[in-house]
Amino acid sequence: MKYVDEFRDPALTGHLLRELAATTAAIARPLRIMEVCGTHTMAIFRSGLRALLPPEIKLISGPGCPICVTSAGHIDIFLEMADLPGTRLAVFGDLFRVPGSNGRTLAQARARGAKIDVVYSPTDALDIARQNPDELMIFPGIGFETTTPTIAATILSASNQDIDNFVVFSTHKTMLPPLMALLGDPALGLDGLLCPGHVSTIIGASAYLPLTGSNHLACVVSGFEPTDILQALILMARQIKENRAEVENAYTRAVNWEGNARAKAMVDTIFEPVDMEWRGLGVIPGSGLAIKEKFARFDAQSRLSLVVPNTKEPAGCLCGQILKGITTPPHCPLFGRRCTPANPIGPCMVSSEGTCSAWFAYGNESRGT
Amino acid sequence: MLMDLTHTLPKTILLDHGSGGLASQELISTLFIRHLDNKILSAMEDSAVIDNQPGRIAFTTDSYVVDPIFFPGGDIGTLAVHGTINDLAMRGAKPIGLSLGLILEEGLPLDDLERIIISIRDASLASGVPILTGDTKVVPRGKADKIFINTSGIGLVAEDVNITSLNARAGDKIILSGAMGDHGITIMTRRAGIALDGNLRSDSMALHTLVQKLLTGLPAGSIHTLRDPTRGGVATTLCEIASTCGLHIEIEEDLIPVRSEVRAACEILGLDPLYLANEGKCLAMVAPEYADQALALFRSCPEGAEAAIIGTLSTGTNDTKSSLSGASRRVTLKTTIGGTRVITPLHGAPLPRIC
Repeated sequence: MKYVDEFRDPALTGHLLRELAATTAAIARPLRIMEVCGTHTMAIFRSGLRALLPPEIKLISGPGCPICVTSAGHIDIFLEMADLPGTRLAVFGDLFRVPGSNGRTLAQARARGAKIDVVYSPTDALDIARQNPDELMIFPGIGFETTTPTIAATILSASNQDIDNFVVFSTHKTMLPPLMALLGDPALGLDGLLCPGHVSTIIGASAYLPLTGSNHLACVVSGFEPTDILQALILMARQIKENRAEVENAYTRAVNWEGNARAKAMVDTIFEPVDMEWRGLGVIPGSGLAIKEKFARFDAQSRLSLVVPNTKEPAGCLCGQILKGITTPPHCPLFGRRCTPANPIGPCMVSSEGTCSAWFAYGNESRGT
Repeated sequence: MLMDLTHTLPKTILLDHGSGGLASQELISTLFIRHLDNKILSAMEDSAVIDNQPGRIAFTTDSYVVDPIFFPGGDIGTLAVHGTINDLAMRGAKPIGLSLGLILEEGLPLDDLERIIISIRDASLASGVPILTGDTKVVPRGKADKIFINTSGIGLVAEDVNITSLNARAGDKIILSGAMGDHGITIMTRRAGIALDGNLRSDSMALHTLVQKLLTGLPAGSIHTLRDPTRGGVATTLCEIASTCGLHIEIEEDLIPVRSEVRAACEILGLDPLYLANEGKCLAMVAPEYADQALALFRSCPEGAEAAIIGTLSTGTNDTKSSLSGASRRVTLKTTIGGTRVITPLHGAPLPRIC
């Protein structure tokens, strides 16, 4: 398959692995590198790359899985909304099986009679709203800069078409504030950041400049194929070896320095920064996006006057620490025992991109932890 | 061209058609018997009586509720015939006949029903497996989704044939009869309303002729296991085999045939073709000394023209800590770039993701 097979070429992969191993061997100490994005976590496991990396590379999964960082209170309010009379919910598939604090899921709510559609795109939700004018369509807005522009575009479209029965409950988040908060913690001892390729298509590689200064982190934007990731790791290892902390872009076929101005402008039209609660990380100032007053008719929170409950994390669940990179799934007492993809307790097991789900699905070898 | 039924039947299915009264009889004689006619079925007795034949009897049943009911490469009717024939074939049975149970939703367009019945007739004729008995019920609108079909099948297993997951042996080669994922991705893209260029088609196909060729063309006992990787895909089926026979299975990503359009659709939708349903493929565990001969036989049949050896079974280790080292009852995949990962069974339905 064109533009995919080239980036999975075994000979090229082997060459890059040798190059990486030579560089890390010269550094002769463990390199602690955080892969921020859940898709990176999954790609590294799925391609089998994790088991091939040089022993010096210690990969730490970051807070970049949208479902995983959604607070328990937000999950509970989504479940509550599904049961409101006269409403229907449209969700991305990841959200469908996430258990709330009472263990219930949207999948169960639908089986009980709630109207819930699993969609690929928020525009599908808008279409369903148009076809069902007597019901209020609620779309739980989840995700980072990659997802937000499509939600903004859908709200703009709803506004242009004057559709009155479509609302979004925004829990949208931005990537930089939690990274700044996390990386300020010296206990994490990070050397470098494998920057999320998809988010970077919107925010641009330059967005990571603040992390290179005071945190002295090597930041490399990476794609998702094995050779993309290896190229990024080589650039990172070289920075660490030469004691540099810069932003480099190893995903130039998708990411530029400034980002996608049009998408950013669309997000700015609809949303404004707000303090946001992250699962495991607490409330991070200015890390969320709320719908602006001008578009309040599309804001589920203002239309339905909902109060987000103050929900506690499930007892024994270490998702919070896993999201911070402090620990890994096998150290959680629930992992693989009470908490499995078939019966998930914490959010990191529910989302297919969650760290626990990746570890469970693709093996529990200890390399690279 | 569908025949014109407007003079005898209304354009849609009514509750009356399931009443057991005159309307039911009219539907049966005008539509079902007309298309599915054979001596046993047309006798319209309460059950089919089949002359005694030597051998052991294989007996299976399956229900079909696919949505959409029509899709490129087939429809719910072809699936109902092929799926049950394949379940019989996977035990080495020669199918004798099928039952056909229909649950129709009130309001189902009669044209749709006739299209499905014609598909069933065509699939039945092409495979040489007749519909021997049937039943129809109609439920009120909203109590079923258009049409649900159940088919049961019986087949005969020759005395020297013993095919089961329990028979898989260390050293066996795993043959996949063709490219995987065609059916699953066709249904998923249709369901998601995603229009993709290219020729995505269900692989709905009967495999009993292929299986009989394998059984007659190879020494008795050389084929140990046959399974059709339907829901859950090749990954889940292999996990079931590994769990049943207690062996380790290793497959190689590069050896597994997948059409490029299926791979492309999977990349777009965030799906893994290993977990997509197939409706015309089988996995065979074959004694290593006959693997090449079996592969040649597969490839000599249209149903197995793209067959490939995709992996091997081994005794495995008892190491439950390191799942990548070849523990028994586990399935591992050697990836394109030379890495290894564990293959686990499908958990729940594959769902679209956020990003």
